Amino acid sequence: MYTAAAGWCLPRLNNSIAAGASAECDNYTAIHVRFGFRTPQSEAQLIVKYEPVIGLEIHAQLRTRTKIFCGCSTAFGAPPNSQVCPTCLGLPGALPVLNRQAVDFAIKAALALGCAVQPESIFARKNYFYPDLPKGYQISQYEKPLALGGAVEVTAAGKTTQIGLTRIHMEEDAGKSLHEGFFDSDRNTYVDYNRSGVPLIEIVSEPDMRSAAEAAEFFTHLREVLVSIGVNDGNMEEGSLRCDANVSVRPAGQAKFGTKAEVKNVNSFRYLQKAIEYEITRQIEVLEEGGRVMQETRLWDSSTGRTHSMRSKEEAHDYRYFPEPDLPPLVVDTARIEAVRATMPELPEARRRRFVAAYALPEYDAGVLTQSSELADYYEQVARDSGNPKAASNWVMGELLRTINDRGMNIADVPLTPAALAGLVALVDKGTISSSIAKDVFGKMFDSGRSADDIVAADGLAQNSDEAALLAIVHDVMGKNADAVTQYRAGKNQTFGFLVGQVMKGSGGKANPKLANELLKRELNR
Amino acid sequence: MADVLNRTAREIRDEVAGGTLSAVDVCGASLDRMDAVNPALNAFNHIARDRALERAGEIDRQRASGATLGPLAGVPIALKDNMCVKGMRTTASSRILDNFIPPYDATVVARLERAGAVIVAKTNCDEFAMGSSNENSAYGAVKNPWAADRTPGGSSGGSAAAVAARCVPLSLGSDTGGSIRQPGSFCGVVGFKPTYGRVSRYGLLAFASSLDQIGPFGRTAADAALALSVLAGPDGADATTATEPVPDYLAALTGDVKGIRIGVPRAFVSEGVDADVRRTFDEALETLRAAGATLVDVELPHAKYAIPVYYLVATAEASSNLARYDGVKYGYRSPHGKDSLKALYSRTRDEGFGPEVKRRIMLGTYVLSAGYYDAFYLKAQQVRTLLRRDYEKAFQKADVVAMPTSPMPPFKLGEKTDDPLQMYLADVFTVSANLTGAPGISIPCGFAAGRLPIGLQLTGRMFDESTLFRIADAYERLTDWHTQSPVI
Ligand SMILES: [Zn+2]
Repeated sequence: MYTAAAGWCLPRLNNSIAAGASAECDNYTAIHVRFGFRTPQSEAQLIVKYEPVIGLEIHAQLRTRTKIFCGCSTAFGAPPNSQVCPTCLGLPGALPVLNRQAVDFAIKAALALGCAVQPESIFARKNYFYPDLPKGYQISQYEKPLALGGAVEVTAAGKTTQIGLTRIHMEEDAGKSLHEGFFDSDRNTYVDYNRSGVPLIEIVSEPDMRSAAEAAEFFTHLREVLVSIGVNDGNMEEGSLRCDANVSVRPAGQAKFGTKAEVKNVNSFRYLQKAIEYEITRQIEVLEEGGRVMQETRLWDSSTGRTHSMRSKEEAHDYRYFPEPDLPPLVVDTARIEAVRATMPELPEARRRRFVAAYALPEYDAGVLTQSSELADYYEQVARDSGNPKAASNWVMGELLRTINDRGMNIADVPLTPAALAGLVALVDKGTISSSIAKDVFGKMFDSGRSADDIVAADGLAQNSDEAALLAIVHDVMGKNADAVTQYRAGKNQTFGFLVGQVMKGSGGKANPKLANELLKRELNR
Repeated sequence: MADVLNRTAREIRDEVAGGTLSAVDVCGASLDRMDAVNPALNAFNHIARDRALERAGEIDRQRASGATLGPLAGVPIALKDNMCVKGMRTTASSRILDNFIPPYDATVVARLERAGAVIVAKTNCDEFAMGSSNENSAYGAVKNPWAADRTPGGSSGGSAAAVAARCVPLSLGSDTGGSIRQPGSFCGVVGFKPTYGRVSRYGLLAFASSLDQIGPFGRTAADAALALSVLAGPDGADATTATEPVPDYLAALTGDVKGIRIGVPRAFVSEGVDADVRRTFDEALETLRAAGATLVDVELPHAKYAIPVYYLVATAEASSNLARYDGVKYGYRSPHGKDSLKALYSRTRDEGFGPEVKRRIMLGTYVLSAGYYDAFYLKAQQVRTLLRRDYEKAFQKADVVAMPTSPMPPFKLGEKTDDPLQMYLADVFTVSANLTGAPGISIPCGFAAGRLPIGLQLTGRMFDESTLFRIADAYERLTDWHTQSPVI
């Protein structure tokens, strides 16, 4: 648990923070009032008059089992300060040793994003004081990052743009300060160091985006790539994927960039676009009123839907970067890069195109099925084993995803194997069971792990295709519904559907619908 | 039993292993001697009596059970108080760590104990190893065993004094700019700084990470070689340790220096050197020449920049290394810092650190600051490269480079405390080895007036510790400086 007595607990950060907060409140109250007078039309016009310029910095946690510089577990949600050791606690004398898997994951991300992995990169110390930073510096990379360059193609509002990447570097995460939720939170801050030393990559984009939608699309794409190659779990709520946005605006047609603000704390996927939109509008408003945009760091507050100033350029830290003397330069040779490349799965974009071409799926279906490589793998096996890719797609996108979502499960934890689902698809194809019966069978299969054949046989669910038996039911239905028969024969075709329904009902839902149709029609027209 | 402390580590080990001496008796003698001299010397921050006797008893039981004993079995050893021993208070002689008890062992501690050594004490030192006189300790200065009014040198003053005063046959120090060799010289014992990367720094409280290196003190080169053979070798917990194979250091002790080329940077060692130091230096070289070594002139044109370069690099790294002492996680926390986080930090660090440590943190912070980094830190690293080339060139002509360890004999306590620059210049001959990474040794080579010890320093090629041990051992066979001991 939190070891307050042993010195983990901190005095509450009263004065400085409180003073800063009140100033910020005044600031955004003023902005709020101004926004109240603006009409939607004028907003749209202003966006045309100005061009936003956006660059993103994305922190992605690498899915290693252990931390970047020690052997502690990276598992999320463990009791506070239970996954720590001398190194990630910054104890006197402890030293970092680089996790090879973290490097391979970072290389993989770099390759997937088209970046050039550097033969030599250097770790550097970023020096600043904060309680959740146990060494008083963060080990990062500065002048010589792991990878340079790269680009991502993004389509937003029907327009496709190349978004350049500046760099990818490796670094360690800090711990977590907890200012609330304890009986003495009015006086103390607690720190949990479980996250301290968790491996991250920071992906820095060029300022190539021109709208919040484009930025959101870029981020979505990046997330999709990182998740699909297995280096990141894409979970923003747990903080394993975080995004800061550098936002500026300039008069349309002007080449020079405007002054940028860095928007931090956008910790949920759906807020990214909102936060950037808010910031664009705020900056335009400042300029329209004859003011100057200040270079500063601003925090996004999802509860108010606004950004507010955290620190100005003058207050910015001097991080006093210098090469980390405890770690030798990271040398990555071609053999290692190629070895990592060999583990690279097909990227979502390529797979999506292949699904459309090879399985004749609609673009939409291919998009859904390639959301994660696990899901795409699952689908492909069902498609192959059943021999019916379209039906496989319907089942995976329909019943399977719905069940998973209802239960908050991951595809990896689904007890129903792709082979078993393929068996179900095949039974429907062969006409052994109807689609509606198949849904019940699916429900029974999902948890039990029993095969479709097994369930159909045991529960007697096979379709009735016995002509003599069905004919008897048809005659029975016609006898009991003489009125409907008469109406049909008088030319009122609508009653046919009713009669088919009665036949199906009479068969306990098991009648082969096609055969039931044929027999009924034949007997009615007799 | 006291005479057991006149024995070398090798002798003690052999007798313990042979059953003619009990580890508990040796340990007891060492503990008693420490208790007896410490009031006069102030060399120990912590004497681990119970733990040491328990470990010694374990060694005796192992021997009785017929187990094979390690190469340091039963040898009492004292560690500079900047190395972590699990469960044993470790302070770096700083108030800020006054209450710190490490939950883990330094790699050197694990290796020593695996070899059967018995850790008997933590020695006093300059705070966070920053100093050349041991006067920057929160627990007061160590006295030189040869002259109580003089400094034992620093920063590993306590470890050097402990060996000189016959408390222990071996001790460990750390050397960032001369902190093993200079106190070795001042206390008349052998002090050895291994090649950077030879000995793991895991568990050593960092001062300047690219310069720090742990090494042994002993009364003989052979004992230092024995200790290094236990300490040396790659460590998975320290990414800067070298994979270079560790040779058999004891096998290098042939007693022969014929054909060895000793480089002497005449120009560099001509200025500002005390007359007694110059005399003993020349005599030592003559002794080695007479025994078959060749003296060759070498030049180290950039060595004159070594002190400024050292104080840029070392302080820069220190300013970052000491950031973790913030009162948040462990160690001292000021009771006056409750108003804000900033107050917690500044009051804790103001009250916890001594003046020299604060001076270096401020210097280093300045060196790394935006706008100064290129002019100071980067330039210093460039000069470091030039210095490395100087040595490479010298080592084409010579097998080792000889210099006095210190330009002066042990100076008086308080003599230089008001003048940091004068104090820094005391390291003029030792800092180069740290900046280049080369191994170095200081061996007793005579006395100045008033029986003040003087040391001869030899610097070797990277990873060629063997040649240093070989020359030092041969010199011991030709002289008796190393057999003399102070009267306490
Ligand atoms: Zn750890």
